Amino acid sequence: MALTRRNFLGWLGAGAAATTAAAVKPAVAASNKHFEGHPDSNAVLHDLVACVGCRRCEAACNKVNDLPEPDQPFADLTVLETKRRTTDKTYTVVNRYDGLRPTGLPVFAKKQCNHCLEPGCASACFVKAFTKTPEGPVIYNPKVCVGCRYCMIACPFEIPAYEYDKAFDPEVVKCTMCHPRIMEGKLPGCVAVCPTEALVFGKRKDLLHTARQRIARRPDLYVDHIYGENEMGGTSWLYLSDVPFEKTGMRMDLGTTPAPALTAGALAAVPMIAALWPVLLGGVYLMSTRRDKEAHKEKEDALKSAREQEQAAAKASLKKASEDAAKAQQKAVEKAVKDALAQAEKKREEEQKAKQQAQEAGQSPDGQGQESEEES
Amino acid sequence: MEGILTLHDFMLYTKSVTYILVVVALLGLAGFFWFLNERDEDDQDEPGIEH
Amino acid sequence: MSSQAVRADRGLITPFNVIAGVIVIMGMVLTAWRFAGGLGAVTNLDNHYPWGLWIGLDLMAGVALAAGGFVTSAAVHVFGMKKYSSAVRPAILTGFLGYALVVIALHYDVGRPWRLPYPFIMSQGTTSLLFEVAACVALYLTVLFLEFSPAAMEWLGLKRARMIVVKLMLLLTIFGVVLSTLHQSSLGALFLIAPGKLHPLWYSSYLPVFFFVSAVVAGLSMVIFESSLTARYFADKMDEAHKQEKTTVAFGFAKAAAFTLVGYFFAKLIGIAVDNNWHYLASGYGAWFLVELLGFVALPAFLFAIGSREKKLGLVKFTAVWTVFGIILNRLNVSLIAFNYHLPASERYFPSWQEIGTSIFLITLGLIAFKFIVTRMPILYSHPDYPDEH
Repeated sequence: MALTRRNFLGWLGAGAAATTAAAVKPAVAASNKHFEGHPDSNAVLHDLVACVGCRRCEAACNKVNDLPEPDQPFADLTVLETKRRTTDKTYTVVNRYDGLRPTGLPVFAKKQCNHCLEPGCASACFVKAFTKTPEGPVIYNPKVCVGCRYCMIACPFEIPAYEYDKAFDPEVVKCTMCHPRIMEGKLPGCVAVCPTEALVFGKRKDLLHTARQRIARRPDLYVDHIYGENEMGGTSWLYLSDVPFEKTGMRMDLGTTPAPALTAGALAAVPMIAALWPVLLGGVYLMSTRRDKEAHKEKEDALKSAREQEQAAAKASLKKASEDAAKAQQKAVEKAVKDALAQAEKKREEEQKAKQQAQEAGQSPDGQGQESEEES
Repeated sequence: MEGILTLHDFMLYTKSVTYILVVVALLGLAGFFWFLNERDEDDQDEPGIEH
Repeated sequence: MSSQAVRADRGLITPFNVIAGVIVIMGMVLTAWRFAGGLGAVTNLDNHYPWGLWIGLDLMAGVALAAGGFVTSAAVHVFGMKKYSSAVRPAILTGFLGYALVVIALHYDVGRPWRLPYPFIMSQGTTSLLFEVAACVALYLTVLFLEFSPAAMEWLGLKRARMIVVKLMLLLTIFGVVLSTLHQSSLGALFLIAPGKLHPLWYSSYLPVFFFVSAVVAGLSMVIFESSLTARYFADKMDEAHKQEKTTVAFGFAKAAAFTLVGYFFAKLIGIAVDNNWHYLASGYGAWFLVELLGFVALPAFLFAIGSREKKLGLVKFTAVWTVFGIILNRLNVSLIAFNYHLPASERYFPSWQEIGTSIFLITLGLIAFKFIVTRMPILYSHPDYPDEH
């Protein structure tokens, strides 16, 4: 909730501009979302044709932003010998490009934050340190910055710099379009000192108009392209040139897709994975446990039937054994009886004989009695 | 919605809502899975098997 | 107990301890240097290369190589492949230590590490894929800790606490898979915002898919690699069941890795086709791309297949190491080598010795922690009091 509150307060702060904007143009289309950006935002038009490479904009920028003294003074134009980029000590640089004009005159191009309409740095920042203000500038809040430097990865124009030399409070550094000065009603420092109107400040839509007029007035001179009108979804710094833009360090291969749209697909997949992966995995789990359980049951059943068979077999063999035993016993009994009878017969005969001898009568019947006891 | 003028602000708003829903979804799915399987008498140890 | 006694007899002067000791001392010096002097004092990072070796190797490759935890636990706890259960604990431990090291490495890399909780507690930049990565890594580190904790609890004899965690294992595993899917893919998606900086052969709207699939391969390979290392150096810690299952795991995981690699290979080709980037293959970067695709995707897929078909354990182990290098190469390609491909060679980044030294220091910390835990806790053997748990 706090997330939206901050924006909400921001929009309130923007005041009348924002409300009228919403009234004038519905920002959200019915189904296909489309965003026009802050309608009355400001921009700067940089016309390379007019730039003479005096570096006064650099000096003014350094002064109004209280940046550290450079190694070489701003009047020293030998600095232009090497190609430079923005650093943690310079918000803006002017570069010189030789051999592009038929006249032999060098081309100068000023480089600074382009203040995208849909900033990649803001989209990439995981603590919302960057804000696209309704006035146009993209500003940075060092109070929440963790220093992950993903904004620097994301910026297609290679603008943000980092204070690598600071151990305890390093910050991301980039041009603010002099946001504080704009809020005071002043021009950005660089625009204010530009002696040739190579830099013009105004409403973005007015400047686009101006730029088109300049191209229309001198089609022989200007390249028929306003750099920044659509690059990366459009920027608040617009460029006109009489030489191909890509020759002056401006990339023409960036496309017109705004930065947030580049990651929208991947971000959209996140909640789907979170919502549907557990369903898939839970299903797989239930299937695998079911399978295990069935396998287990089958095994159990097999074991059980095996056991039963075994038991049956055991019972059968036991029965047979007992039957055999019974039979054997019967046989033995019969035999014993027979034997006994035979014996008795014999005995009687013997007794009859013994009557005559009269000495060894009752011994053998005892031994037979023992035998039959053992068998039962 | 009235004041959202940029794609970035729109995404900031919708993704924040989405992340809250993701947390709800994950907890809800876990709880619902337990609710679904709790009564299966032959699966007594279901939501938390031991391995 | 007895093994500790043996160790004590051997004394502290073992080759491992000496080398690890030297690296740790160097690491502590570098740590002091980094935090007292700032990033500029020890790194070669500049405004064109805000992300260097610590992100490319420690974060990008580190997270991918720590994927073994979620892959193995999912195979066993969710897919029910019980024959790999002995691989779960070592894989979870490796994963946990891997993620812990990633988080430690991040403290070195970000400008103000004490603000790392800010995305959650101060200002939620939900449009950022880094927010997604940060949230998932933080949560997954917690999940891994909980998944690992039964081993520690068995060691400490905390039976009741252990029972509670074990009951939650399925939930933790599924959360682990969800979180891993999300952040492994989001690490690739981080670069979606920079189409102008990453070479077209590596830049693709499928980057998140590539990262996730290759992380699965990395996880499988790391489990094979790690189990071959533990078999060699901690054989005395392994019980019979673990020794016997070791080869089952190696061949099973090799087969899985081979098949996944083939899928990854075709996914990469499709990635080129949908953006019609074929012509780039004829360039220098194209040759380098082919080295990665043929040498570190197609080749290991083939070698893993041969190894698992013909039951050649040596080949499987070798291929696992080869594949791990391939994944590291891929992460370095995306984050450093093919990144800023448009810059002249003079502006390209090469890590400073301090950055390399810090990375080695962190890996050494991981090895020391692994050794400490494996020699004490029931990772490579079942605890006698809890015999059925592996």
